[in-house]
Amino acid sequence: MGDGRERYSRTDEKEQTSDTFTATSPDRESAAPPVDVATGMPRREFLKRTTIVGGGLAVWQGLLREEPAAAVEQSPTVPGIVGPTVAVRLRVNGSDHQLRVEPRMTLLDALRDGLGLTGTKKTCDRGECGACTVHVEGRRILSCMTLAAMQDGKRITTIEGLGRNGHLHPVQAAFIEHDGFQCGFCTSGQIMSGVAVIEEAKKGWPSAATTDVRRKLTLADLSDVEIRERMSGNLCRCACYPNIVAAIAQAARRG
Amino acid sequence: MHPFALSRAVETATAIAAHAADPNLAFIAGGTDLLGLIKDRAALPERLLDINGLPGMARIVPLPGGGVRIGALARMSDVAADAEVRQRFPVIAEGLLFAASGQLRNMASIGGNIMQRTRCPYFRDADDLPCNKRRPGTGCSALRGLNRTHAIFGWSDACVATHASDVAVAFAAMDANVIVRARSGERSIPFTQFHRLPGNTPERDNVLDRGELIVAIEVPGRIEGRASHYLKIRDRQSYEFALVSAAAAVATSGRRIASARLAMGGVAHKPWRLTAAETALRGVSLDNIDALRSAIAASFADARPLANNAFKVELAQRVALRALQTAGARI
Repeated sequence: MGDGRERYSRTDEKEQTSDTFTATSPDRESAAPPVDVATGMPRREFLKRTTIVGGGLAVWQGLLREEPAAAVEQSPTVPGIVGPTVAVRLRVNGSDHQLRVEPRMTLLDALRDGLGLTGTKKTCDRGECGACTVHVEGRRILSCMTLAAMQDGKRITTIEGLGRNGHLHPVQAAFIEHDGFQCGFCTSGQIMSGVAVIEEAKKGWPSAATTDVRRKLTLADLSDVEIRERMSGNLCRCACYPNIVAAIAQAARRG
Repeated sequence: MHPFALSRAVETATAIAAHAADPNLAFIAGGTDLLGLIKDRAALPERLLDINGLPGMARIVPLPGGGVRIGALARMSDVAADAEVRQRFPVIAEGLLFAASGQLRNMASIGGNIMQRTRCPYFRDADDLPCNKRRPGTGCSALRGLNRTHAIFGWSDACVATHASDVAVAFAAMDANVIVRARSGERSIPFTQFHRLPGNTPERDNVLDRGELIVAIEVPGRIEGRASHYLKIRDRQSYEFALVSAAAAVATSGRRIASARLAMGGVAHKPWRLTAAETALRGVSLDNIDALRSAIAASFADARPLANNAFKVELAQRVALRALQTAGARI
């Protein structure tokens, strides 16, 4: 692989990771077509071929899900998509949504660009910062490290769906009371994680801060040290950690 | 992200057949390692096969005789929270809890955990620096580059990377088995033989062949399991990979060690079992720190530190000692 092509591929990669913006770029169609680094062929052509060739073709086709034509027609396509799409059904914050996404689209991008739920933040896009934390089937996960198409049929809660009947969730209220943020960019992830930390403690889950994992645990064991360890997957550049811990501790005390 | 097709497997035999027939197909479970590799172009699969729907593979089942069978699709958090795992093998629960973050542990599967690839920064580098693991034949940037976090045992000129998994160290210490299914049937691979040393083919992390799927990890019942501990030392106290870690388990007669199990992470291309130390520890009193220390040193005669990681040789011995003492205190 020569230097020139490597360089090209990297430019191409940048373009791909900012799919969010391609829909609004008027130059998109007039630009040179993206080239796949492995084959050197234009990406559209590559995509066409990869879906119809390969040693495991018969098996692969056998694995493909049947999609009812009606659902396909009705599903809106996420803006900026350039390749083949699959239909996904997501139950987000109590509402059913169907949309068409590229297989490579993360749940994070589908929520933000497909459903307009921009409360979930995209920061590192590598599973390192926690800003994209949402709940899937009641468990906190990183939406940047899973594919939307892998969450088909799942029940998802984002920060927009946390409150009930116009009232803030107790953890949201505690963050305001304890000033648990400055710039606020990590806050939705912090809150989604904090809510789950309390639920996990209620279930008696241990953590790396637990001195003896053999012991049965309850919510009463959720000390500040435990909260800090359990929240370590959520980074705050403004370093509001003491206030975040205080907010979660108070919400936990209130049950 | 590199474009790929995605499909969902509903049946294990079909999934294995698809993998066997297609060199450009990868299984995906939690995705927390694979998607990062794809984003960094360190993996470029053309097709992903989502195996999360395969039946019966997420179960955690106690085995007669004090063991446990952990389905490959069980999530790290569920295994760490499992009451039997916590009682029978605290070292496994701790190995899981000291890894990643709460969110990632809810996503990452046990099978995927032991399949995760090295965190060597050259391997993951987006600028595609020379790396024999990423692109065979290009050379090893870490051998004479920044190698503070790299191996002190078993490395080759082709690769000095370490394996990133914590729970793999615990599995190695407890003589677990990796249960693998192929079209020809199932085989059971002793955990210490599952991962490879780099040699001249560092692109191969383990002994799995195409068309093989990990279906479970089986940990046999061991009395030492109940008095076991995982200790991890890292640059940051939480949410960080190990500089050095140790899984220790011990059984005693009075205060004397009847049987000790020790494995280390962050020191080699695979979980590193301290077999010489285990032998030397037999009969040593848990209260005789000098004797414990010299028994552990038996496994460090062949340590070969690199330019930036000589500190690991001393650190690893102290970590092994403390892990053993903490395990001993659980008797």
